[in-house]
Amino acid sequence: MLDLAKSRWHPIAAAHDLPLRHVFHGQLLGREFAVWRADDGYVNIWENRCLHRGVRLSIGINDGRELKCQYHGWRYSNRTAGCTYIPAHPADAPARTITNRTFAAIERYGLVWSAEEPQGEVPEVAGLAEGRLLALRGIPVNAPADVVAARLKGYRFQPSGRIDGSAAKVAVEAASTFSVVLRSSEADATTLAVFFVQPVDSNRSVIRGVLDGQVEGAARLAVLRHHNELLSRLRLAVEAEAAREPAPAPLEPVIERVSPELAEMPEESKHGRKATIRVEVARKWLAADGIAGFELRPIKGLLPTFQPGAHIDVHLPNGLIRQYSITNGPGESDSYVIGVKLERDSKGGSTCLHETVREGDVLAISEPRNNFPLRRDSVKTIFIAGGIGITPLLAMAQALNNQNLVHELHYFAQNEAQLAFPEKTSTLGASLKPHLGLSPDQTGAKLREILSGYGPDKHVYLCGPGPMLEAARHIAAEMGWPETAVHFEYFKNTNVIDDSTSFEVALARSCMTLTVPAGKTILEVMRDAGIDMPSSCEQGACGTCLATVIEGEPDHQDVYLNDAERKSGTKIMTCVSRAKSARLVLDL
Amino acid sequence: MTKTRCTDQVILDLWHPLAALSEVAAGVVVDTVLLEERLSFAIDGEGNAAVWRDRADLAEGSPVDIAVISGKLPLKLAYGYIWTSLGNPPADLFPIPEFDEVDRRKLNAATFGVNVSAPRAIENFLDMGHFPYVHTDILGAEPHTEVKEYDVEISVDRDEILATRCRFFQPMASTASDGGADVDYIYRVPHPYCSVLYKSSPLDESRLDVIAVFLQPIDQEHVRAHMLLCVLDEDNEDKVIKRFQQTIFGQDKPILENQFPKRLPLDPRAETPIRADKSAIAYRRWLSQKGVTYGVIPAAT
Repeated sequence: MLDLAKSRWHPIAAAHDLPLRHVFHGQLLGREFAVWRADDGYVNIWENRCLHRGVRLSIGINDGRELKCQYHGWRYSNRTAGCTYIPAHPADAPARTITNRTFAAIERYGLVWSAEEPQGEVPEVAGLAEGRLLALRGIPVNAPADVVAARLKGYRFQPSGRIDGSAAKVAVEAASTFSVVLRSSEADATTLAVFFVQPVDSNRSVIRGVLDGQVEGAARLAVLRHHNELLSRLRLAVEAEAAREPAPAPLEPVIERVSPELAEMPEESKHGRKATIRVEVARKWLAADGIAGFELRPIKGLLPTFQPGAHIDVHLPNGLIRQYSITNGPGESDSYVIGVKLERDSKGGSTCLHETVREGDVLAISEPRNNFPLRRDSVKTIFIAGGIGITPLLAMAQALNNQNLVHELHYFAQNEAQLAFPEKTSTLGASLKPHLGLSPDQTGAKLREILSGYGPDKHVYLCGPGPMLEAARHIAAEMGWPETAVHFEYFKNTNVIDDSTSFEVALARSCMTLTVPAGKTILEVMRDAGIDMPSSCEQGACGTCLATVIEGEPDHQDVYLNDAERKSGTKIMTCVSRAKSARLVLDL
Repeated sequence: MTKTRCTDQVILDLWHPLAALSEVAAGVVVDTVLLEERLSFAIDGEGNAAVWRDRADLAEGSPVDIAVISGKLPLKLAYGYIWTSLGNPPADLFPIPEFDEVDRRKLNAATFGVNVSAPRAIENFLDMGHFPYVHTDILGAEPHTEVKEYDVEISVDRDEILATRCRFFQPMASTASDGGADVDYIYRVPHPYCSVLYKSSPLDESRLDVIAVFLQPIDQEHVRAHMLLCVLDEDNEDKVIKRFQQTIFGQDKPILENQFPKRLPLDPRAETPIRADKSAIAYRRWLSQKGVTYGVIPAAT
């Protein structure tokens, strides 16, 4: 009877089955896998099924950073298997929880190993040194794995150094249900061969052989051919034997159901300012004059999937909470890289990061949130960055660059030394357009030039200092850009907040009426009443605490909503904005 | 009643297509499979036809006189196809009024075998989001990937699903201009295994081309897809019109055959719908409400 333990490691592919940008169709105990290596070397083993409509991901496209489903172009990130983009809804950031099932992956002995619920380590084989090995071609056999392994004990072959001989003595050094270790010797030549038998299904197996010692050139081909012929012969014999027995029923792996919230239309998850992730500062460096780069690696496990435009809250040792955009390109999922500009009038956020936080320090961060999502259905996308405003736009430009979508990244700075992350911007080629040392007037003229020639399906994304953003939005409007095509993110809200009013807030879905007194925000009053509301910057810039207004007139004091959204009166940022009417009814 | 392998009474009682009349040689026996049952049929070229369970004395290809066949199954000739049923079918098949308009070209674009369940194939037919990825540069093109809001209703009196106000960007939308434009679509699902789509006609702005897919379930995971065209086109040869649809279908086939599981899961938590999938969500609910079990994985109750 075949051992079906899900805890046991098995090889599911040879390392050489994963060439550049390939997706390999693997299978273990009846379960199919899409196996692919990202350009950074990471081996991904995923359930072979797009969560959307069940199409095999092994027919998907590996672009080196993400795997794209063939059916609807959904993109899944290296490492996390989290969905980063749904082309049918270009304006929306996918719910973070849309994540394919992933399986453990270990490379050892030239093979890729996995298990559904692995325990312990990949089996050690005495005498098999890592590195100097020759992995044989996998030989598929229509027979149960234990039957194949038993047969392999009688496998006879020549040592690699005496491939033309015929007098080799072969000894069984070890054997188990799924593996056989053989040593072949003739005269002074000896070769250790380990055969792992991968149980593909109840009645199908793959023999994965590994020989010790490297052989090169023509000799290597001769060795591979020698084993191909002998193993093919063994295959025919085993299959003939297995065919005499009734075939066992195929295994039926259980496909996990998606989470309940995914069964309905995705909704924003609700949480307050929580820092659930611990990261280590793996690297801190001068990313540009006055800008520190931080590479944040997880203490354990994987970081959550991010999308271009997303930011994290960083909880600082001095108690402050600050928001920073993730600058990573797609698939760069082993760490988050942020850029922090030292602000002269810092209240202690940037100073703390620049002066106190060092490599090796542990920080608490929030999950990434994306209130600045990037559409990828534009015929041309224009990014306009001022200074440290480069950070979200850098992530966006790298995403479009990876998909060969037309874009330009205009990067305004005082001088060349202030251009941050040259190692990232240099990958953008001619789409990067630096504009250095311009006066406000010259900047205005340049913006006018950049924003001329609006056409349908063009979009512009702005991030930079307040005055520059105001100018750019103004010019864009003048040049005929509709508000729906102009996307922006402010660093901070420099409006003077008037919190002197007092009014009532009715929460329609919670059936609750609250009074917001002068000096308190809607968000604070709701929190006090036990309503869990997500928030991040809490100054009206990031868009996290957005609520829908059903009735009443909002008094907008944020810098997140555009003019059309303000005028519509249907949205409000609960951290700073208030009511002009005596009462607001919110859809909460 | 003969016992059938399919035990889903809803499906047994439906009319199912077997073949395009234009492609059947007159006067000889033709074999086919419906719902795992081996059937034979014949037409005589004078508007008479018959369908019966496969019999040893009437081998495929042998001449046959329709008048003398006993044990005939229900028969309907409609929309250019021969239809039958293994249960008690309704008097009428769903209507396609445009089929009677005399100035339309009516063709069987193709009959394709596909290794997938009928409901998976229907969902694919209703889906616009895949146009830029599967029918690249024909029905869609990147970066124009958005599925705009549309309306879906389940019509109670007609017992069919209706998706309206559907629009999708199509490159070379008309022969008259080279630029792309939004093309309008209306989708109907009047039968669990059949769907009818209406699409802007490149020739006449006021009218719509009609394309229908009629799925013949071979078993739960295999179909023959019959595709009816009922279009406004006075210029192109049949083979040109057919080749276009065959290209489209040939692009869908490998995707459909790589869907897992092959039967359509009706449990809302089996897969991840998005707003663009509104019509598919309605279709899955409609199948659940009807109690369809054949070709689907019913939701656990």
